[in-house]
Amino acid sequence: MTIHDSDAGANAKGSGGGAYGPVPRKEDARFVRGQGTFVDDISLPGMLHGAILRSPLAHARIVSVDATAATAHPKVMAVVTGADLAGRGLAWMPTISGDVQAVLATDKVRFQGQEVAFVVATDRYAARDALELIAVDYEPLPPMIDARTALDPGSPVVRDDLPGCTSNHVFDWTAGDKAATDAAFAAADVVVGCDMVYPRSHPAPLETCGIVADMDAVTGKLTLWSTSQAPHAHRTMYASVTGVPEHKIRIVSPDLGGGFGAKVPLYPGYLCAIVGSMITGRPVKWMEDRSENLMSTTFARDYHMHGEIAATADGKILGLRARVLADHGAFNATAQPTRFPAGFFHIFTGSYDISAAFCEVTGVFTNKAPGGVAYSCSFRVTEAVYLVERLTDMLARELAIDPAELRMRNLLRPEQFPYTCATGWQYDSGDYPRALRLALDMAGYDELRREQAQRRARGEYMGIGISFFTEGVGAGPRNQMDILGLAMADGADLRVHPTGKAVLGVSVQTQGQGHETTFAQIVAHELGLSPDDVEVVHGDTDRTPFGLGTYGSRSTPVSGAAAVIAARKVRERARVVAAAMLEVAADDLEWLDGKWRVRGDPDQARGIAEIAMAAHSTLELPDGVEGHLDASAVYNPPNLTFPFGAYICVTDVDPATGEVKVRRFIAVDDCGVRINPMIVEGQVHRGLADGIGIALMQAIVFDELGNCLGGSFMDYLLPTSMECPSPELGETVTPSPHHPIGAKGIGESATVGSPPAIVNSVVDALAPFGVVHADMPLTPANVWRAVQGRPVRPDLALS
Amino acid sequence: MKLTVTVNGTEHSAVIEPRLLLIHFLRDELGLTGSHWGCDTSNCGVCVVWLDETPVKSCTVLAAMTDGRRVTTVEGLARGGKLDPVQEGFAACHGLQCGFCTPGMMMTARWLLDLNPDPTAAQVREAISGQICRCTGYENIVRSVLWAAKHDRSDDDSRL
Amino acid sequence: MQVPAQVEYEKATSVQHALALLARYGPEAKILAGGHSLIPMMKLRLAQPEILIDINGLTDLGYISRSDDVLRIGTLTRHAQLLESELAGEYFTIMHDAERVIADPIVRNWGTVGGSLCQADPSEDLSAAFAAMKGTMVIRGPNGSREVSARDFHTGPYETVVGPSEMLTEIRLPIRSGHLRGGSGYLKVARRVGDWPVGAAGAAVWLADASGGRQSIADAGIGLTAVGATHFVAAEAEDFLRGRPADEQNLARAGEIAAEHCHPVTDQRGPADYKRHLVKELTTRVLRIAVSRARGAAS
Repeated sequence: MTIHDSDAGANAKGSGGGAYGPVPRKEDARFVRGQGTFVDDISLPGMLHGAILRSPLAHARIVSVDATAATAHPKVMAVVTGADLAGRGLAWMPTISGDVQAVLATDKVRFQGQEVAFVVATDRYAARDALELIAVDYEPLPPMIDARTALDPGSPVVRDDLPGCTSNHVFDWTAGDKAATDAAFAAADVVVGCDMVYPRSHPAPLETCGIVADMDAVTGKLTLWSTSQAPHAHRTMYASVTGVPEHKIRIVSPDLGGGFGAKVPLYPGYLCAIVGSMITGRPVKWMEDRSENLMSTTFARDYHMHGEIAATADGKILGLRARVLADHGAFNATAQPTRFPAGFFHIFTGSYDISAAFCEVTGVFTNKAPGGVAYSCSFRVTEAVYLVERLTDMLARELAIDPAELRMRNLLRPEQFPYTCATGWQYDSGDYPRALRLALDMAGYDELRREQAQRRARGEYMGIGISFFTEGVGAGPRNQMDILGLAMADGADLRVHPTGKAVLGVSVQTQGQGHETTFAQIVAHELGLSPDDVEVVHGDTDRTPFGLGTYGSRSTPVSGAAAVIAARKVRERARVVAAAMLEVAADDLEWLDGKWRVRGDPDQARGIAEIAMAAHSTLELPDGVEGHLDASAVYNPPNLTFPFGAYICVTDVDPATGEVKVRRFIAVDDCGVRINPMIVEGQVHRGLADGIGIALMQAIVFDELGNCLGGSFMDYLLPTSMECPSPELGETVTPSPHHPIGAKGIGESATVGSPPAIVNSVVDALAPFGVVHADMPLTPANVWRAVQGRPVRPDLALS
Repeated sequence: MKLTVTVNGTEHSAVIEPRLLLIHFLRDELGLTGSHWGCDTSNCGVCVVWLDETPVKSCTVLAAMTDGRRVTTVEGLARGGKLDPVQEGFAACHGLQCGFCTPGMMMTARWLLDLNPDPTAAQVREAISGQICRCTGYENIVRSVLWAAKHDRSDDDSRL
Repeated sequence: MQVPAQVEYEKATSVQHALALLARYGPEAKILAGGHSLIPMMKLRLAQPEILIDINGLTDLGYISRSDDVLRIGTLTRHAQLLESELAGEYFTIMHDAERVIADPIVRNWGTVGGSLCQADPSEDLSAAFAAMKGTMVIRGPNGSREVSARDFHTGPYETVVGPSEMLTEIRLPIRSGHLRGGSGYLKVARRVGDWPVGAAGAAVWLADASGGRQSIADAGIGLTAVGATHFVAAEAEDFLRGRPADEQNLARAGEIAAEHCHPVTDQRGPADYKRHLVKELTTRVLRIAVSRARGAAS
């Protein structure tokens, strides 16, 4: 049940009516029968199985690799080492950040779990057995684990493979006006600062990463079934790495069991499987196990932040600044637009009218798995929102102003949109105070505060935490946003068959978000069809247009827009045909209630289905239309879109045990026009659960030797049905003025907005104990230690 | 060793390695890929199937242990081509997104409703507390099961 | 998903058969009951037995029954059965409290009470619960059965007194009747539902009516897990409580004593100081619950 704000602007173009609405999902028919096709479900004749031998050490020289015994195993068909790949020029591959990453280690291993050798066997059990028959001699090296010492002189250097590299420095990035910000701070009545860590976590989709690689030596065609959120981008990268030309590569991303950014990068296992298929001449399947997934695929976050907020005595924020240390692991493989090495972190002024801001981000290498941009972060917006929402709460506490009131005093006003923030983002639309008021009303905020006071008097501790977030999604304008030179425009191909049924090919890739339904709804809405009449094709690079894939909530803003534009092109062609059918001028027709109708005589009308048949018939076709209605579009977004929301989290904390219970979660989201409200709500539900996991229990930590202690679901804990309350959802709708149907995207909103709401809530609960900040994850032990005034550092192992 | 097991009502015999896990037997030997695997430590529950009357995590059961017994998977939920109310409920209430955890969730839901035809939301949450979903945040899964409870057909005979 | 190494397999047709197989194959043979402790370790290749002896066919070993003043639990009893057993719940609320927080409902369907006790994980909830209730373990070997107190059953992490040619067949819990009023409970703090405990405490108290209308604690059993308590028992705290009134001050003192005598280790679940604090807190709270239940029980 979603509560709608009654004043919400429902008049935007494309909103409401037609095919929008809570249409049940077409995907469900196969999934409820257990008939999805995930990569591990695929079995090809003669298929072999691959397994990867991984380094037990975080930093070591490889002295020797002896695969003799493994090769002699009766079920082993091939063993590939780094030296073998080096002979093929394949020991290193490019990363999405323009760095290189080892496919199989040659000189050194640089993180625990790094790929060292690849075995191909006749079944998965034999492949696993054969790993134990490979003898690797390592010479341990001092590991570089603590990011805070990575730039100290004398620290172990991770990337001595890079020519001239003598430090662990990756990049520096700044945004904003330092001088203006310093001036604002100097003039402020109050400055509040804090060190806070956004710990390393992992997206952990339930389906791990994997591939079936089939190199056909006769046709020269390489076919890959792969867990990829960006199949076309992967195809282009494989072409540059493997030597197989791009038109001979086909990638099929079948059903994906979740992605959340984990399936954006190229992984060494994929290339190993391709090489395995080339060597054996047979299809090779490689599916990673869970520990491989957690230890070697892209992690998320790992930002060590120092933030400061400056304000007047009555709570007007004057300035914001941040210094960030970004742990990038052993290779720079962050998946964000290339020109933004810190992603969109500099959206960190958040939802407030802050005229002076400055941030600096320094990236470092450590002996840990590569990655960093993943897990619904909207390219580091999770980190930015966490920082500003924690600082806002701390400011409120310092000034003894209610945190809701403080936010109200600083939120951007509707008349300020479009708003260019201090670091250059142009927010498209929003009525922030209305969203916050709705959330406060839904929560019964004043009553909660009264209850809190009563409970405190009884020695019970509940907390109320607010988070107001703005994110920038839908990357992005091609002149600003590219990944390794590939612009982030995405496309749609729309074909209308003679009987009026449509097939939409899109370049984005669902991993559960329901594109087969929502994109059908988009086209159906534009063409007066039923969503059942529109088939959405995705994930097969042979059948879909080029694009950079699904992540950063970009599917609706970018491919959705492309689908709208393609559909409108079809509709315009249909107008021309309809005019010929009705023997009127094209201008005499208007599109009304799903048909082209003669102005003033609406019963003289033609719908798309009959128009399509006519277009394919012997009807004399006027200029501008060939024998079909088909159209395609590549959408170059003029800007990002800016969904936002107001979240309120109520927790009950037991300071004696440190246990935190999330009692209520109120979430008001504004993602512009909602194509399918049921699907939108499902996305919010998920993000709120993400927040509970991230705030209370999830972290990948390392000990001083670089052992990864979050390598299984026994220690990398994910929230269950018991930790997640029934969410209370509300909505406002402020359409995006520049999106063809005013939609903004929702996929990551709740993951962005929820962790600060929970942390704010717990810190609020513990205020009587003098707790001002506590780092995530707020496990019982961490909460107790915070209450004791001796917090633990969350990124390193407890010792 | 020789294994004889009845899966979704059909008897199968195979010679298998004793170490073969039930989930791999179902998926790789019998081609029943509706049940999945997702972790190494028996935590995620995407592998849940029924062994005789009860749901078990089939990644933690050897196929050998099912000798002479019955196994039911998601492919055995529908009866005579008709979806089980649990399956209908998940589709009606958007109880799935990527679909990876769904078979396991549905098998547990069916078992719960057979034992407790009118569960509370809290009881549903407890029943699925050993199974992870990364997509739905659990709310719609709970709604799906409650929907199925309301729409359950009393004329269902035992699916075993 | 990770998979086990090669292993041989035999299905036991009786307890004698199982014992004969154990004798034949020696220490490289492992009993396979629910497998929910053993198979995960085999998948990670932390355990690589040569042969598994599957006892799941020995359904006679799965029971919960009462004989006179003893509750008898067969080793093959599934966790779910113990949780659902009205008989067990009537006399031992602690067992239900503990089972409710062990793993998850699906794992409980197949994992067994005996399997968990024999796995002897230092964080095993049932070990603390049975120790608190002063249970007795019945172990069958080639020369017949022997009984060992639950408090002597564990000899170290993952080690019990069960010899390579023996198997646990039954656990017995004394049902105290007479003039004493008993109550028990179990409290666990975990990082998340289903996780191993950071610390957990189970307690049982038996109250006697002393002179002057006061009640005193005739006997107490306190079990602790995950905190390095010797034999999963807070023996010193039990000794302290015996004969003392069941008032808040004494319960709190018992919690302190329990905390002084355990040996928690810092790990990813928490630092040692926190765990020690938890022992104090949980022991006190669970004693309160046990006392309250004892007071509510019919004598």
